[in-house]
Amino acid sequence: MSAEARPKPRPRLKPRVRPAPAPVAPSAETARLRDSLPRAGWRVVAAKEFGDHLLSVRFIVLLLVLGLAAAIPLYFAADQIRAAAPQASGAAAVFLALFTLGSEDISILRVDTFVGIVAPLLGLAFAFDAVNGERSEGTLPRLLAQPIHRDDVINGKFAAGMAVIGLVLVSVVVLIAGFGMLRLGIVPHPQEVLRLAGWVAVTFLYVAVWLAFGLLLSVLVRRAATAALIGFGVWLLITIFGELITTLIGGLLAPAADASVDTLLGSYQLQQLITRLLPSTLYGEISVVLLNPSVTQVSTPATIGQLQQAQQQIPTLLSLDQSLLLVWPHVVALVALAVVCFAGAYVSFMRQEVRA
Amino acid sequence: MTGVETSTPQKRSTNVEPVIRTRGLTKHYGSLTAVDNLDLAVYPGEIFGLLGQNGAGKTTTILMLLGLTEPTSGEARVMGLDPAREPRLVKRRVGYLPDAVGFYGGLTGRQNLRYTARLNGLRGEGAEGAIQDVLVQVGLDDRADDLVETYSRGMRQRLGIADALVKSPDVLILDEPTTAIDPLGVAEILDLLRTLVHERGLAILLSSHLLTQVQSVCDRIGIFAAGRLVGQGTVDELAATFGDGSATLEVGLELVDDAQVARASEVLGGLAGVESVVPPTDGQGAWRLIVRPAAAEAGVRQEVLVAAVEHGLHLTTLRPIVPSLDDIYRSAILRRAA
Ligand SMILES: Nc1ncnc2c1ncn2[C@@H]1O[C@H](COP(=O)(O)OP(=O)(O)OP(=O)(O)O)[C@@H](O)[C@H]1O
Ligand SMILES: [Mg+2]
Repeated sequence: MSAEARPKPRPRLKPRVRPAPAPVAPSAETARLRDSLPRAGWRVVAAKEFGDHLLSVRFIVLLLVLGLAAAIPLYFAADQIRAAAPQASGAAAVFLALFTLGSEDISILRVDTFVGIVAPLLGLAFAFDAVNGERSEGTLPRLLAQPIHRDDVINGKFAAGMAVIGLVLVSVVVLIAGFGMLRLGIVPHPQEVLRLAGWVAVTFLYVAVWLAFGLLLSVLVRRAATAALIGFGVWLLITIFGELITTLIGGLLAPAADASVDTLLGSYQLQQLITRLLPSTLYGEISVVLLNPSVTQVSTPATIGQLQQAQQQIPTLLSLDQSLLLVWPHVVALVALAVVCFAGAYVSFMRQEVRA
Repeated sequence: MTGVETSTPQKRSTNVEPVIRTRGLTKHYGSLTAVDNLDLAVYPGEIFGLLGQNGAGKTTTILMLLGLTEPTSGEARVMGLDPAREPRLVKRRVGYLPDAVGFYGGLTGRQNLRYTARLNGLRGEGAEGAIQDVLVQVGLDDRADDLVETYSRGMRQRLGIADALVKSPDVLILDEPTTAIDPLGVAEILDLLRTLVHERGLAILLSSHLLTQVQSVCDRIGIFAAGRLVGQGTVDELAATFGDGSATLEVGLELVDDAQVARASEVLGGLAGVESVVPPTDGQGAWRLIVRPAAAEAGVRQEVLVAAVEHGLHLTTLRPIVPSLDDIYRSAILRRAA
């Protein structure tokens, strides 16, 4: 029977009393339904997103890229460690050298530097299309019409991104460590293991900053491709040109050649402050301090007294908590950055119209 | 359909609470008024159709009913709950098919439905059974395990209806449910909707541009123009409001000779309330009686029966011509514009 063939006037067979009319909000029924609502909707969202990520091409690509970024410098580091091994027995933190040594010719070729460069991409890749993707696919109204809180969507997506990133980071680090132990026969001290764990945690935090930034882009920018491009542009600007830009600004602010030592120091401090506006600098400094117990300061001395003190200092090794104390402000700054980005994404998502 | 049927508007017993009720519901987007002071009531066990031009405010109304957008003023109640305050409870009981519905292309149809079921707190065998049931109901069970990106547009639309049904809702809100579905499929879907209403006492609110479908499936209809509800009721009620005040009766007569034709014309024209008589053009078809006022139509029908018996006219059919929704709709929109 087709709708067109049907005679226009339809028999009105409607019985006065319906079989089982839908009850209108009786309190017992309401209470039962309230109990049946999913308790943590964000977990359902996160589980689905996590599954999607693991099966996605970008996951495999990023795993490979990060793996390569770690493997290439590792090759050089291993060479150096092998060469130095006879004299180095008993040297501090040989195990961590796996991460901080690289090619003697190319200083940038180190695991920590490479991971620092690739990590932002990891964060961006799992977030840039989180919300605008749902919008353009037309799944967002359907998703928001389910009985979950609205923020469950964005929280779940963030959680899923964090979980995948954690998985990628931990597997790469475990691979490197395993390589060091098996091929080079270096056994880490407990202190080194802790330092490494700290470094992984901070790297995780750094990626979280970029994940939150990607999420913000995915909420604000309607097209996923545009969001990806913007994210990529910011990454390029910060990692490649970041140093250049801060040097330029520093150059503009540079004091005259005949300036006093105090003025010079002041100017250096200012430059440092500017570079620390960049998350990459923050992460780089934390990374160096955590992986090198011998690094005892991250800031330019503020006075001549401090400068002299630093020069006369006997080389010492810091314990983990001393190192942590040194970079604590940096860590706090990174956390703040992540929180600001996520809050921005959260608030704008909550206020956005469902329809594009 | 044959017969003598009174077309008195259905009177509702006052003790049945509406499942959807709005009072003065209003939504502004900046200076634009998308929905203007809307009073709407949808009762359990009925299908209510929202009609209106593009941009009339149908989707906006639906979004407010689901708590997906906040009304500027006025209130809405769905199952007695305020969607702006208790959106999750409302969403648990309302199945919603958005216009331009989308699915995750990388998942199968079944996986998409499973996700929806989980978001509704349904898991395990019960959920799987429900998913299978709705897939069969919309006729997608044979393609359920293919990726959605391989589906045609109409198949996605069907999956959308399955998706709205998977939580066993008490109310269904469907935004243009039959777009992109083939004619036979439309009939199936409309039958499915009727079955759901009859078997489970569901209430359905649907918006559509396809007047024939709306007329064939909806118990009551609301006509929207520029954010305002200009008319609401059964087709008959709307016809009474927006018609020209006349009703049409179709009378089939078996007439053997011209004398009888002349006689029939005289008898029918002489009935009280009949304004004019339109004889069949080819001499074989049915006669049309234009009755004014429209309310006299039922009485005229009785008179025709009596007169036919008295004058020995052989009656074959006798039925009121229900005005087409197209005409009602046009005149409602035009009257609004005027
Ligand atoms: N996010 C928005 N911002 C501003 N105006 C909007 C927004 N969404 C809808 N509108 C306006 O609200 C009005 C009603 O739109 P709505 O989508 O409810 O119409 P509709 O009846 O569903 O139309 P259609 O039949 O085309 O689906 C339109 O004029 C539209 O331009
Ligand atoms: Mg619409």
